[in-house]
Parts: sequence; structure tokens; C-alpha cells
Amino acid sequence: MSAIHPDQSTAAKLSGALRQPPEPEYNPQTGDGSLVDDPSVRALLVLGRNTTFADITETVCGYIEKGPGRWFWPTFFVAAQVAGLMPIMILYLIITGVGVWGLNNQVDWAWDITNFVFWIGIGHAGTLISAILCLLKQKWRTSINRAAEAMTIFAVICAGTFPGIHIGRVWMAWMLFPIPNYNAIWPNFKSPLLWDVFAVSTYATVSALFWFMGMIPDFATLRDRAALRLMRNPDSGQMIPLLNMRADRVMAIAYGLLSLGWRFSSRHWHRYEKAYILLAGISTPLVLSVHSIVSFDFATSILPGWHTTIFPPYFVAGAIFGGFAMVLFLMIPARELFPGMKALITLRHLENMAKIILVTGFMVGFAYSMEFFIAWYGANRYEQDVFVNRATGPYAWAYWTMIGCNVISPQLFWFKFCRQSPVVIFIVASFVTVGMWFERFVIIVSSLHRAFLPGEWHMFYPTPVDILTFVGSCGTFLTLFLLFMRFLPMFAMSEIKAVMPQASPHKH
Amino acid sequence: MSTAPVIYQTEAGKPVYGILAEFATPADVYHAAEKVRDAGFTKWDVYSPFPVHGIEEAMGMSRTKLPLLVGALGLSGACIGFGFQYWVATQGYATVVHGKPYGSWQAFVPVTFEIGVLFTAFSALLGMLIFNGLPRWHHPLLAKERFLKVGDDKFFIGIEAADGKFDPKGVRDLLLAAGATSVELVED
Repeated sequence: MSAIHPDQSTAAKLSGALRQPPEPEYNPQTGDGSLVDDPSVRALLVLGRNTTFADITETVCGYIEKGPGRWFWPTFFVAAQVAGLMPIMILYLIITGVGVWGLNNQVDWAWDITNFVFWIGIGHAGTLISAILCLLKQKWRTSINRAAEAMTIFAVICAGTFPGIHIGRVWMAWMLFPIPNYNAIWPNFKSPLLWDVFAVSTYATVSALFWFMGMIPDFATLRDRAALRLMRNPDSGQMIPLLNMRADRVMAIAYGLLSLGWRFSSRHWHRYEKAYILLAGISTPLVLSVHSIVSFDFATSILPGWHTTIFPPYFVAGAIFGGFAMVLFLMIPARELFPGMKALITLRHLENMAKIILVTGFMVGFAYSMEFFIAWYGANRYEQDVFVNRATGPYAWAYWTMIGCNVISPQLFWFKFCRQSPVVIFIVASFVTVGMWFERFVIIVSSLHRAFLPGEWHMFYPTPVDILTFVGSCGTFLTLFLLFMRFLPMFAMSEIKAVMPQASPHKH
Repeated sequence: MSTAPVIYQTEAGKPVYGILAEFATPADVYHAAEKVRDAGFTKWDVYSPFPVHGIEEAMGMSRTKLPLLVGALGLSGACIGFGFQYWVATQGYATVVHGKPYGSWQAFVPVTFEIGVLFTAFSALLGMLIFNGLPRWHHPLLAKERFLKVGDDKFFIGIEAADGKFDPKGVRDLLLAAGATSVELVED
């Protein structure tokens, strides 16, 4: 964070060198101006009639070059401390054994797999926003796609940890992959757990490629800005003590390496756009396949409560639902903390996401009721018993928490003022995030805890290690997201510019 | 038709990369591109902070073959994935699972799909980079102070000296007539 003296910044403003990021004015009818009900009027994707391309560059690059503000490092410090719990708990688990978790003979999957499915579900909104909304030509995706993609990667990192550490003998985790070994043993490709390994690792890789590819032009913009400052003044930028280099020099080198020499050539853009569409096209079935395969882990077993064909679509809908909630949960505070972000993420964008939450909330609500219907209609006594137990048994509190958070709380979005109020959206998004964790807990633990014979009935009680590992994964997620906000372009500048009205070559 | 390439040099004796012209708006650069295309140049390019809509036609660009490459590699990835699973299940480590034949293919579909997707994604990104001649560490244009605004809000046309039709005076006049706000020589 480079400190500009107040007088300097006033002088810069007066001379026009430092443009203020456009702050939207509040209007009681249209909020920030984006809430237009007239279908013949196209709401602005970027607010401010006079917003120029340079304003977008200045705002987005400013978050990196000037730093996010005083709140950042204290928040980061706290998040990093919480994140530190995760490796400590994992180390404790490895040197002691899975007995440190509250698992027992009956409930042999609990918080570990709940956390895995929770995080992988959150990861789905990123690819959904990037890929499906891209194919559907939903231009408003440009406001949130980069942050959502980043969130995807970090959620998948958290998700991938849990199956890796739940296997008991962690040092044998390499046997999940088809690696030649001297016992000539190969994995069982007919097992859904193995499909899961391939689905999740492919998803992580492809999401990372997609994210990186989207950032190449923005890295080039950051590189060129640093290079321009250095060209004008070789000593520009703050001194970074450990590296013994100026910040601008570091940025020119780091973003220069990441930009791969991108030079905004139209012949390159042509292939870039084609590759982007291909990636979007292939990511769409991928995102649907990943959570379907995750659901196969359950659906292909013969356990009542898991053995059901509704799982793949139900899991995918739930993932989109939970993922959008997490995007809102992160971006609504970010909108307040970063100057000028309200012009990029407008109230209309938030309203659109609130509507998606309402729709996908109905889908999961439908799935919850359909499970009960099929349990009754299928006339399988064990299946019926599992569902009666789920709603009235010892885990009824978890079940009704899930219903309250996932089915009832989104109903607020029927009311326009709720859809248009960032505070209400934030509260509902938090409820949905909690509800989605409980959904996975209910599916896993309430189905497992009572098997066919009463002698096999056990309750699951989490230990402090269970709880702190999960808390640590939340800290890891937040730490990575904060680093992303500090060092990487938070918005796809080239894509935002391309959807602005003055980008059309046929406008004079 | 082959003429010996003329090598242009600056007064200081440095080889010339080409001529760079700046334009203020997407519309200006679009119409200028049409003029450069009609003048018959081949080694030239339009530089813009974002892909300008329809610039492919304005530049007379042919469609990229990238999708063919990506499709072919994606499908071969799927074939490799299926073949490997089949080999493991029937030869490498033949085990009876679910009481089904060793090579029952239905269970191989998810992994086949995932490997196909993985190959497709890598070939889309790497193919795009290779076709574009990237990554590269430096480019003559990036030494130009004016050009460093291309990622911000400026639009450029660059015509390379390697183009058969290149002549410094003519190119300069063409670009100025097409509405360039500035024209400058770029050293290699």
C-alpha cells in the first residue's frame, strides 16, 4: 500500500491525474440506477454514464497497486491464524489416527465427507457463472465471474483435502491414482469412489486452467502499467525490503511472467475467444458431471436414504444454490470495502443472483419432498423408516435446520425489497451456506446412524478435532480469497470493457 | 511471385519492425482495419484492450483451426482413458467386480469422460498459446511507451516491415488517412 500524502492526492485529483472511481448515486426508484423494470430499457452493466475504459482499468488495477486499505492486513492475520488450525489438526490426525475424530463403527463417514461435499458444492458456482452463463451470453456474468472462479479453486482445494485425509493411512493416498507399483496392483475403475478421484482432480485442473486463461490479458494490463511507470521513472514504487526491489519492478516481472507475453493482438484474441468458448463448452458438462459423480458415492450404495436416482440432479442443483450463496456472502462485504466496486457489481447483479437462489432453492426443496414421496411410494419399509427417522428422530434438529435455511429462508426473495437489499441478501446467503452444510450432514449421518439391526444404532458426536479441522478449512478458504483480492485482478477487465456500450465498433 | 525482401533500417542502422498507429475508439480502428485489409497487407495486426466485435471480418482473418485440434485431442484423450481402464480391468489387474464380465464398459464411462475433458482443456489452452506464438519474453512493440496503453484504453494497428507491400511512406500515409491519431516507427 503506497501512502499518498493528502495534499498530493488533492493535487492529483485537481490536475485530473487521479480520477475518482465512479460512485453511483442513490435513487429511490432504481436504487443505484440498475434496477429498471421496463424491459425496453437495458440496465447498465457498469454504472456511470461517463465511465470510460480507463476508469475500469484504474479501479481494478488500483485494488492491487494501491492496496485494499487498512482493513486488509488485520483481517488477513486473523484468517491466516484460523487457517493454521487446519495443518495442525491434520498433523495430529496423521500421527494419532482417525480415532481422533468422532467416527464409530456405524457412522464411519461424518464431518470429513460432509465437509468434502460442502466445499466441492461451493466450488460449482464459479464454473457455472463462467461457463454456463458465458454460453447463454449472460453479460452480467462479467461482474462476478473472476471472483467466483477464484472461489471455485479455493473451495476445491479445501474439498480435496478431506477425502485425502479420511482414508486412515494417509501415506497410502497415492494408491488413489493409477500409479504403477511393484505389487502390480491397479485401482478398481468400476468404483464410484475412484470416479470421484478423477472427477474432482479433473475439475480442479480445468477450473484452474479456465481461471488462469481468463486472467492472461489482465496480467498483461498490470504488467504494462508497471512497465510504463518504470519507463517514466526507473525508481518508481515502494521499496520491498526482503526482495530489495521496487514494487513496480516486482510487478513488471511477476505479472510479466504470468501474462506469457500477451500483447492484445486481434489475431491472438480470435484464437483466445475460440479457446475460451471451447473451455466453457467443455466445462458445462464437466460441472454437471462432477457433482453427479460425487452423488454416485452415495447413490450406488444399497444404504436406505442414499440409494436413490434423484441424487445427481439434486446434488447439482444444491451445488449451484450453495455456490451462489457463497459468491454473495463474499462479494457483498467486498462491495462495501473496495472503492468503486458498487459500479461494477450493481444492485441488479445482486438481484439476479437472488433470483437464482430462489429458483435453485425450489429445486432442492422439490428434491427433499420427492425423497419422502418416493420413500412412501416405493413401499420399502427400511427406506420409509430412514425418512421418518430423519424428520422426527435424534437428528431432526439438523433436518429442520436444513429445511429452515434452504427452503424457507430463500422465500424472502419473493419480495422485491428483499431481493434488492444487500443486507437481506447477505443474511439469506449466510443461512443458505449453513443450510447446505447441514444438508450434507443430514444425508450422510442421518442415513448411516441407524442400520438394519437396532444393535447397530449409534449416534455421532463430533470431537474438537472434527470441529477445528472444519473451522481451519474455512480459514484456509478465506485466507486464499484475501490473497486473491490483494494480488490478482478481481474483475475480468477485458471482458467488462467488451460489454460496455462504447465497445461496439458500430457506435459513433 | 517472389520478390527479394527489402530490409529497412533506421538512420541509426537498426532493423525496422514496422509501423504502429494509434486510434482513439473501437469504431476508428475497425474502419481503419477495413482500409488496411483492402490495401492488401498480410503481415499486420489490430491491437485492442478487448476483442473488438467483428474485427475478424474487418481484418479479413480466416477462421482458426483450433477447434479441430482441440476436438481431435479431446477424443483421443477419451480413447486413451477408455483403453487404459479396459486394459486394467481385463489384463493389468483383472478382478471380478459386481459379478460382471471383466470388460463391462458401462462403469468406464465417467472416467473416460473426465479424461476426455482434461485433454480438451489442456489442448484448448496450450493450442491457443502455441498458435499465437506465446509465451514469449519480449516483443518490439512492448518497448514503445505509447503501446503500453493498449491494455488500458487505446487501439492500435501495426504493419510489419516483413510484409511484401510495406513501404514506410505509403504505410504512414495510409494509416493517417484512415484516422490514426499518431503514427510511429518501431525498431526491431
